[in-house]
Amino acid sequence: MATAHAESTTQTYDVLKYRKDFPILNQKVHGVPLVYLDNAATTQKPLSVIEAENKYYREYNANIHRGVHLLSQQATKAYEDARVKIQKFINAANSAEIIYTRGTTEGINLVAQTWGRKNVQAGDEILVSAMEHHSNIVPWQMLCEEKGAKLKVIPINDAGELLMDEFKKLVTSKTKLVAVTHVSNALGTINPIADIIQYAHSKGVLVLIDGAQSIPHIKVDVQALDCDFYAFSGHKIYAPTGIGVLYGKYKLLDAMPPYQGGGDMIASVTFEKTTYAKLPNKFEAGTPHIAGVIGLGAALDYVSAIGVDRIAAHEHELLVYGTQALSKIKEIRIIGTAAMKAGVISFTLGEIHPHDIGTILDKQGVAIRAGHHCAQPVMERFDIPATARASFGLYNVKEEIDVLVTAIQKTLEVFA
Amino acid sequence: MSDFSDLYQDLILDHQKNPRNFGEMTDANHHADGYNPLCGDKLTLYLKLDDAGTIQDIHFKGSGCAISKASASMMTVALKGKKTAEAEHLFHEFHDMVMGKIEKAPEDLGKLKVFEGVKDYPARVKCASLAWHTMEAALHNEKDVVSTDDGKGMEG
Repeated sequence: MATAHAESTTQTYDVLKYRKDFPILNQKVHGVPLVYLDNAATTQKPLSVIEAENKYYREYNANIHRGVHLLSQQATKAYEDARVKIQKFINAANSAEIIYTRGTTEGINLVAQTWGRKNVQAGDEILVSAMEHHSNIVPWQMLCEEKGAKLKVIPINDAGELLMDEFKKLVTSKTKLVAVTHVSNALGTINPIADIIQYAHSKGVLVLIDGAQSIPHIKVDVQALDCDFYAFSGHKIYAPTGIGVLYGKYKLLDAMPPYQGGGDMIASVTFEKTTYAKLPNKFEAGTPHIAGVIGLGAALDYVSAIGVDRIAAHEHELLVYGTQALSKIKEIRIIGTAAMKAGVISFTLGEIHPHDIGTILDKQGVAIRAGHHCAQPVMERFDIPATARASFGLYNVKEEIDVLVTAIQKTLEVFA
Repeated sequence: MSDFSDLYQDLILDHQKNPRNFGEMTDANHHADGYNPLCGDKLTLYLKLDDAGTIQDIHFKGSGCAISKASASMMTVALKGKKTAEAEHLFHEFHDMVMGKIEKAPEDLGKLKVFEGVKDYPARVKCASLAWHTMEAALHNEKDVVSTDDGKGMEG
């Protein structure tokens, strides 16, 4: 599979053209132009996504699957067409392996509560890494607590890279699942998930990948990776919030009990017995976020038209440029210096608390994240309360990094 | 270029750099822990009250942003020697000021009025008020860690 270091194609990457597709970027905040560098938290939406949702509500809003009328058929078609787009985007074998969720968090909880409750017993072990987001820790902790199973943690080195030898030692006959992030939201590290999956499978252990941060930056091929589950959120890939995807291998999903009960997930219901619908409907109880699904489909069309590899190459250029520029500021300590990194720069600035950095940058138009990034164990590992984090999207330009650098220098002046 | 002096005033920067009454207190008879999960600000507040309800001594320790540290430092300076009733009164005035609930900061807040600008930074109100909530908890000898996100509607 491709990495963030994908080769640039000969075709020029017309970032200024792409920027025009995102109406929100063309504005001033606090009287200065907005520099949006909080893409790891959420990305902005192109006009085509906004218009796809708008069109649905203006022209064919209806509930799916149940209506015989025209609008319902149009809505159902758009909803199911998006599923096929997603299938192709991650190269799943079957569109029934694409389950709509509210986001990565719900996808992971779905696996923990269905596959997990059915298959994990007292004494079993689940393996996560030290760089996980809380959403890939807490659902497993809850499961382990319920079942009397044990959560084990793959350690990381000072650069923020997984210790693969330690990982291998931690996979035992008791291990039931490895749940690991593809890209760390707090450090930017790209994990060698192909190696992890291969090793885990050689020991008969399943692997869930948290793809929240990787999906907009790395071309994902779930069949080539051979991962068992892959969860991601739409809003990190220029789609609306409240919609996400859980990919799972068909035979696993098919054997799992349902997650939530309700309409749309049944084949037939009587008070004596309910039979469940086939995949993917079994996991999609209730009226879903139809507009969100349509928006996600439009977002994948948008990203595919540019090309994930080209976006990755552009973001890698920004990462290299930004890392060099920030490294010149002597008070900066970059947290997360893995050899393989996505477009995320987490840093501390002398003794200045990240929240003070965030406030002062905001006043200069620069939107970054400050805090523990829902990864408190990572902060603990590096013995810091929080970091400031700049993260790049397909529309960012080097000039914005220059503004960031100037804004950081101004922050240092305030606290001088 | 924007100006930051509405929030980061010299007095605030001075207190964050050189916090007063900073460090553990061995002869405290009241103390409480405060935590702001949003920022990770943590502080412990120590009080020594006499029988007449006067704050004889007050200290704090912990880590946090400039606003939370300066607020804690300036609070200890303001409250030393005050009666607990006065401390409660100042707590409510300070709280109303940073929440923007009152037009003009009350005069008896004295130097604490320097935090008036916080009301224009909704994300930072909790930073300024953490020390005060923790002080209030210490007065009442509450055992639980004071959290600015405890679901009790403690908005600031």
